[in-house]
Amino acid sequence: MIHIKRMQEDGADIIALIGEIDASSSIELDLAIAKSVGEGYTKILVDCGALEYISSAGLGVFMSYIEEFADRNIKMVLFGMNEKVANTFSILGLNELLKIGKDKGQAKEMIA
Amino acid sequence: MNYKYKVGCSIENLKGVRDFIRGSLKPHGVADIEISEIVLALDEMCSNLMIHAHHCNPDDLFELNIHIENGAPIVFELIDDGTVFDINQFNEPALDNIIHEKRKGGLGIRLVKSIMDKIEYQKSNGQNICRLIKTVKHQ
Repeated sequence: MIHIKRMQEDGADIIALIGEIDASSSIELDLAIAKSVGEGYTKILVDCGALEYISSAGLGVFMSYIEEFADRNIKMVLFGMNEKVANTFSILGLNELLKIGKDKGQAKEMIA
Repeated sequence: MNYKYKVGCSIENLKGVRDFIRGSLKPHGVADIEISEIVLALDEMCSNLMIHAHHCNPDDLFELNIHIENGAPIVFELIDDGTVFDINQFNEPALDNIIHEKRKGGLGIRLVKSIMDKIEYQKSNGQNICRLIKTVKHQ
């Protein structure tokens, strides 16, 4: 079960993920990112502070945007992951492919 | 000690599967980070089973057994009667292919293979048994 909240700060769209993302809920993450892009945001921050779990279905959603974002010059930074969630990204080496910041402040610097 | 969980093949039930795994491993002093990796691998195996072998039919049941003893590797068994998808037969796609083809799947096999020590398949009395073996550090 995932709750997704969106808010805007300094021209960036912040997508906050609350709860768990698995095969039954990854579509909601996909829709939230697609909506942000559709609304024309080129700076997207994903707040993972309240993300308790992410399965490969959720990781796959982030992966699927890497090329499109590079082509369209859209910057996305994830931040605030707890230790277990951060470990999930690093098992597959996704921490090398995605931009991941420690906290919101650092994430904002990374998309500036 | 043995733990058994029987569940219908609806992906809505994955949360219950994860809670069952966490609840079974926690009393045995398995480190949190190891529990979270095991949960990740089994979530992947169970969701594959539900989606590909049972087309998310909630009336199809499968069983997850956990055998855990101090000093021995933990054995997880997935038992069902659907089509077998042997992940040992598949080479996991390279990460850059996954990115290029915008595949939302494909990461899972890589994940399970990097977390588990061994994955075996067996057929017995018309049922498929997928056995995943993992050595853990007990605290």
